[in-house]
Amino acid sequence: MSGVHVNTLVNGDAYEYVCDTDETLLDALRDRLGFTGVKEGCGSGDCGACSITLDDRLVCSCLVLAVEAEGRKITTIEGMATDVGLHPLQRKFIEHAAMQCGICTPGFLVASKALLEKNPNPTETEVRFWLAGNLCRCTGYDKIVRAVLDAATEMRPTAMRKA
Amino acid sequence: MRYAAPVTIEEAVGLLAAEAGVSRVIAGGTDLVVQMHSGRLAPALVVDVKRIAPLRGITTENGGLRIGAAVPCAELGEHAGLKQQWPGVVESLKLIGSTQVQGRATIVGNLCNASPAADSVPALVAAGAIARIVSPRGRRDIPVEQVPAAPGQTSLAKDEIVESILLPARGARSGDAYQRFIPRTEMDIAVVGVGVNLTLDASGTCTAARVSLGAVAARVLLVPEAAQALIGTKVDDAALTKLAAAASAACKPIDDKRGTIEFRTEIAGVLARRVALQALARANGGN
Repeated sequence: MSGVHVNTLVNGDAYEYVCDTDETLLDALRDRLGFTGVKEGCGSGDCGACSITLDDRLVCSCLVLAVEAEGRKITTIEGMATDVGLHPLQRKFIEHAAMQCGICTPGFLVASKALLEKNPNPTETEVRFWLAGNLCRCTGYDKIVRAVLDAATEMRPTAMRKA
Repeated sequence: MRYAAPVTIEEAVGLLAAEAGVSRVIAGGTDLVVQMHSGRLAPALVVDVKRIAPLRGITTENGGLRIGAAVPCAELGEHAGLKQQWPGVVESLKLIGSTQVQGRATIVGNLCNASPAADSVPALVAAGAIARIVSPRGRRDIPVEQVPAAPGQTSLAKDEIVESILLPARGARSGDAYQRFIPRTEMDIAVVGVGVNLTLDASGTCTAARVSLGAVAARVLLVPEAAQALIGTKVDDAALTKLAAAASAACKPIDDKRGTIEFRTEIAGVLARRVALQALARANGGN
């Protein structure tokens, strides 16, 4: 059948694509728009590698149909660093060596950013539960959790000034 | 596959009524998209209900809360009124998949996916939640326990949509709780799930109770015998022992990789006791 034309906003910029009705947003982001930082792991919502935010909610892009993104607002890992530099979470992941093969890293970063926006001062337990849907087979998670907690500490004074 | 995103519920049920082939409603899509891509399901029509404005809202109604079918669990988990009135419902929906899954999944989707192990369903059944169903013939209200019919099947006609769930007003001295057993701490499917909702009078005697079990039968069960074990008692040890026995007696589980028939039957009783004590503490003003 003929494709569906979709207009959407990714990392603040307007994009359009033509997709199949049963295509996932993950595939549209990667294959039609070139956002290859969004990774495919399991394709069934279990591993979190494809994490994005959709209208500010953390979701697995493999569980979203590409046609659903019409008029919605998406952020991906590609929107995380700015012209000024890396996001504090990205810097802390490097400092703590919170990655090895790297395929889970974009999902962890997007998910961690969503956590710190809701909860700037999470406990270790809160970090672990929030990130339970992101799987990493290399690090054993400890370095990731420490990186997130360290980034939260660094970011908090800024967040408090804003408040 | 045709995809439609109508802005009214009338248009949505009209599309379903007119479709001769297999049709599905998509809200969060966390079950549907997986079924489609695993090859288990190839719908001719998918109707997205997320652009129907009334389905996106949570409103108060006669002291209770009406939850639209397209409200994701993450939003429900942030709702102060829901957390205060129905903590058992909130703890159940916070067990559905991961943070990412809860960002999309809805309680109506959890109900209509009709898994016997659905976490939010025993909590909703215990709460006495009512599903409002819309079709081209109008609206009807049914208790949520009447929606699932068998694993993966609901009692709804092909042109019917669950529009909203009504959680009744939380009365004085009452509390609810939900717990499940899983062999890990997170990201798993219930081996047994138990929801309890109970009300006390001024003397601490239980005057009303609802007990619901998940993952121990072909669909989520409402167990009146288990509730009767609590009603008229102070929810003391004798009552809890009767509750546990009634819960175990109601089980008709299967053997599978997550648990044997014997294990599920025993755990249903153990969990029913724990969950009743938690609901009791909440009815007494605790957490």
